[in-house]
Amino acid sequence: MSEHDSDSSNPESPERREFLGKVTGVVAGTGIAAATWPFISSMNPSTDVLSKATTEADISDIAPGQVHTVEWQGKPVFILHRTDQQIDKMRQSEGGKDPTADQKRVLEPNWLVVVGICTHLGCVPNRVDDGWLCPCHGSVYDNSGRILRGPAPRNLHVPPYQFVGENRLLIGQADPQRQRCERVDPDAAGDTFCVATNPNGKEV
Amino acid sequence: MAGRIIDWIDQRFPLTKFIKHELTEYPTPRNLSYWWNFGSLAGIVLVIQIVSGIFLAMHYKPDALMAFDSVEHIMRNVNYGWLIRYMHSTGASAFFIVIYIHMARTLFYGSYRAPRELMWWTGQVLLLMLMATAFMGYLLPWGQMSYWGAQVITSLFGATPFIGDDVVRWLRGDFVVGDATLTRFFALHYLFPFLIVGMVVIHLVALHMVKSSNPSGINLADKDNIPFHPYYTIKDLFGFGVFFIVFAYFVFYSPNTFIEADNYEPANPLKTPPHIVPEWYFLPFYAILRAIPDLLGGVVAMGVSVVIFALMPFLDRSRIPGGAKYRPIYRVMFVLFVIDILVLSYVGLKPPSGSLVIVGQVATFVYFSLFTLLPFISRWEERWLRKKGLPPEVEELIRQEEEEAAKRGRRA
Repeated sequence: MSEHDSDSSNPESPERREFLGKVTGVVAGTGIAAATWPFISSMNPSTDVLSKATTEADISDIAPGQVHTVEWQGKPVFILHRTDQQIDKMRQSEGGKDPTADQKRVLEPNWLVVVGICTHLGCVPNRVDDGWLCPCHGSVYDNSGRILRGPAPRNLHVPPYQFVGENRLLIGQADPQRQRCERVDPDAAGDTFCVATNPNGKEV
Repeated sequence: MAGRIIDWIDQRFPLTKFIKHELTEYPTPRNLSYWWNFGSLAGIVLVIQIVSGIFLAMHYKPDALMAFDSVEHIMRNVNYGWLIRYMHSTGASAFFIVIYIHMARTLFYGSYRAPRELMWWTGQVLLLMLMATAFMGYLLPWGQMSYWGAQVITSLFGATPFIGDDVVRWLRGDFVVGDATLTRFFALHYLFPFLIVGMVVIHLVALHMVKSSNPSGINLADKDNIPFHPYYTIKDLFGFGVFFIVFAYFVFYSPNTFIEADNYEPANPLKTPPHIVPEWYFLPFYAILRAIPDLLGGVVAMGVSVVIFALMPFLDRSRIPGGAKYRPIYRVMFVLFVIDILVLSYVGLKPPSGSLVIVGQVATFVYFSLFTLLPFISRWEERWLRKKGLPPEVEELIRQEEEEAAKRGRRA
């Protein structure tokens, strides 16, 4: 009997008990982890929310210099019809702390489309002369949606969008023919921020 | 490091002492059968219901215009919403199965007898709270069955003498079951589980005072025990495993077994479905309600049929240990009671017609007769068994038990 004491095939052996204990723990742990997943997943956006992926906007009645705000995935999107002076002014600078050429932020130079959510803490900036001012903490953006001053770390986000037909804008989906991902903004951690280029792949 | 943290806590909170006292050194009879698994099973079902319920509440809308659609939204749009809802709806039935078996075990083995009366009574309160929670939860999907079930059950309170109509209107907050009823049922359905948790704590504190009963009926409290951990933690875990296999079968392969088809039709206050039935776990009591051809009488009979269990410590006057195991007459009564419950359930399920009405009335009569005759039968049975000659060990046990009881009496 004593020679079998440490033999794991002996039901009395402590190693065997310890092993069974550990296996029980691992099985229970895996089971609990697996059971937790559906609950965590259920808190993600449901399919009806995800189906709000695109918004179509009519831009025919936006006069030069005027901004329209449309809702896309529940978020405000600013559509600014830029005048030639505004375009010229924007092309002369690189913005502030997140320097980007104006050309990289638009598909057509006279249409700026940006998500109207301050990159600081999520407030909606108000329109002021020559840009936007966030009422929460005073971040200032120019007419290219680039951060000039204030606590916000990044420029206003440019959503994927495309022009469909005359005067219609489809927000939420880029046209693979007209727009390709030239580079992913390294500051936009995990965010697929694609920078717009013109049809033949050259920067405007 | 871990040891130092535990030391730090122990100086401020009796953590190690608690674990020792309630788990690793908590004495448990060594002869508990699998019938003693159902208490911990009820605990795990309560956890399932609370967790799945909280996640359902994140997507559900307690509004008469939105409730039905929000349940369909959970089923179609929410990630794993179908799974969480089916867990919750199946869990309700699982809860009652587990609790009814738990109660049947207590009745069979006489576990309600001294000194465990408070266990039995707190358990009785838990049963009532569970019934109320299940009933209010059943209204929330706002289907035809939900609606008319709530309409019928709230109408029962109309049997209250003098102020019946006012009570019903107060319960509903409306002239019929309506939006006000739905929102208050939702609020209370969310509250009650936490009251149940509190009552479960009381139930467990009482348990750890008097310790578990056991199939032999012999008081082992100070004698032949093994520690709860690891022996019964592992046995309870094994029970969980078996339970989850059965539970998963219903959740994944047959989730609508416990959901009436009529409940997939939105509530319509202008049209009652041709045949309304309560959930299966209310059927015996529903049959008793229908067996009495008088509104007030039926309601009273139904109420009494649920709470009469609380009288068991007084009704059962036998001192023979071991419940039905060593008591042939009581065993026959127990089996008869189980059959009677099944007959009542069948009667409650079918539309009331012709011979079934008679069957329901006979079964109701048997139901109450068993309780009312028990004091006489149990006394007579004890005399008969002792005259026939009990083994001297059992006579000795009865003597010891009486000494124990006398000691408890003196202390009180």
